[in-house]
Amino acid sequence: MLTEIERRELEDAVKHYPEKRGAAIDALLTVQRHRGWISDESLLDIAQFLEITAEDLDSIATFYNLVFRKPVGRHVAFVCDSISCWIKGCEQVQEQIKNLYDVDLGQTTSDGRLTVLPIACLGHCERAPAMMIDQDVYGEVAPEKMKNIMDKYI
Amino acid sequence: MNIERPLTQHLRPDGSPRFLREYVATGGYRSLQRFGTELAPKDVQRLVGESGLRGRGGGGFPTGTKWSFVPMGPDAPKPKYIVANGDEMEPGTFKDRVLMEGDPHGLIEGMILAGYALDAEVGYIFLRGEYHLSAQRLNQAIAEAYAEGYLGKPLPGTTFRFDLHLHSSAGRYICGEETALINALEGKRAVPRAKPPFPQTVGLWGQPTIVQNVETLYNIPHIINHGVEWYHRLSLTKDGGTKIYGISGRVTNPGWWELPLGTTARELLERHGGGMADGVRFRGLLPGGISTSFVIEEHLDLPLDFSSFPPDVGRLGTGTMIILDDQTCPVGFVLNLEKFFARESCGWCTPCREGLPWVAKLLMAFEEGRATSDDLSLLEMHTKWLAPGHTFCGLAPGAMAPLQSALKYFREDFERHITIGGCPWSKKSAQQRVLV
Repeated sequence: MLTEIERRELEDAVKHYPEKRGAAIDALLTVQRHRGWISDESLLDIAQFLEITAEDLDSIATFYNLVFRKPVGRHVAFVCDSISCWIKGCEQVQEQIKNLYDVDLGQTTSDGRLTVLPIACLGHCERAPAMMIDQDVYGEVAPEKMKNIMDKYI
Repeated sequence: MNIERPLTQHLRPDGSPRFLREYVATGGYRSLQRFGTELAPKDVQRLVGESGLRGRGGGGFPTGTKWSFVPMGPDAPKPKYIVANGDEMEPGTFKDRVLMEGDPHGLIEGMILAGYALDAEVGYIFLRGEYHLSAQRLNQAIAEAYAEGYLGKPLPGTTFRFDLHLHSSAGRYICGEETALINALEGKRAVPRAKPPFPQTVGLWGQPTIVQNVETLYNIPHIINHGVEWYHRLSLTKDGGTKIYGISGRVTNPGWWELPLGTTARELLERHGGGMADGVRFRGLLPGGISTSFVIEEHLDLPLDFSSFPPDVGRLGTGTMIILDDQTCPVGFVLNLEKFFARESCGWCTPCREGLPWVAKLLMAFEEGRATSDDLSLLEMHTKWLAPGHTFCGLAPGAMAPLQSALKYFREDFERHITIGGCPWSKKSAQQRVLV
């Protein structure tokens, strides 16, 4: 069941499109904001609201990498691995995160606090290497600065 | 008229946003006051056409020509749509973000003008999901524009009203392809559509739709306010206007600059980028995102515009260049690009879905010392198998541009990986990448 707030937000999103399914991606992101990820149950709730099948909606949910069909940690760190950041050492950034929190790309720490994911170019190439934690972008993240940045979150 | 950097002259150095009051105080939304007899829709069309404005998203297609395909007149289908392509996911490219974060109203005004010119009453800003700050600022600017009556109400002197919505996307590079973007906006998987029909006649929900890069739209208010001659004078070459150029990689001063279109790569690199960083030397650069071909020392004096690159050299793309230095392995560099393309392929057509991972695996074999000279020929064959015309959209042909040019300019480096059985850069690369 969608909560009252979720339903209201979805109804607002639908107003931007001539047909309900236009809001499919907004709806997935909205519910994910409240629930952390898109479970099968959430998928059914949203599909019912949009009047499309759950299979149809799942084909959309699994296409977009910012829609999570598996649980993620309380915080998600997105490490840019595109070319400008690769030149400036994004592989060392990934390694440092692994050293500090024992977590590889695509994994969540055992205490459920942090998920680390690769991300396509974040558009902060002039300050490479860049990463984004939840919605906050950090540039020039040398490995030795990692602990300080992360301490704000976990 | 002494405006040299129309798009960025009012941006604050600290990157904080300018909202409605400041935007209006510097002439913002002035063009709308002339709507009606003084500035008819066809005048906007004509001025944009005569200005020579070309798409700043990388394609360089003349905006006026694109607009000329949109059906006009009382029998034209309604509604028509204007879509701003703010899915800035091209690696090395960050120019649209700078504009949207710093001056969100400029995009709205550009879209209203495009809508007025083409009698399109609804607009969408398609924004990549990771641009949270741009989303916040655009949302605030849209709310201000509604409150002020620039959106949602007939504009004074006309019956034209424009509605505008922000769509935050959920990832995937392919959304930047205009027909894939249209599918994404309709709430579907972002796979490209067959062309023709082109979006200008059959686009969003089957209606005429113009998809235009963010930077392109920012140019329009200035063309309308200051005129075509002024716009031509901004540029050093026959394409009008300025360009937001950028540099990333190991240079002294990476960043972005709005400069006359046709500035050379050498001037950009040496004068603005401060030259190469200490201890590294220039080997080549991708002029605008990773779907462009490498250019090398001998090309540095080519004007960076949409008409000066000979076809065998390549194309400008987005104008935000990525530098390859001598401490970075060109094979590893291209491997990074091809892994990106393989991951971001939408999977719709076979050559792209299967070919790109194959290319990435071949390059991996070079880096790991398993490659043979047969692998070099296989890479070369892929540049033909995935060439334009063999795939459903431009993603895979774009992926072949840096590979093909790397095989041309850095062939000895590929061969050296085979002869020494590994990557010549691998030992020092790890440490040095961090230091610079």
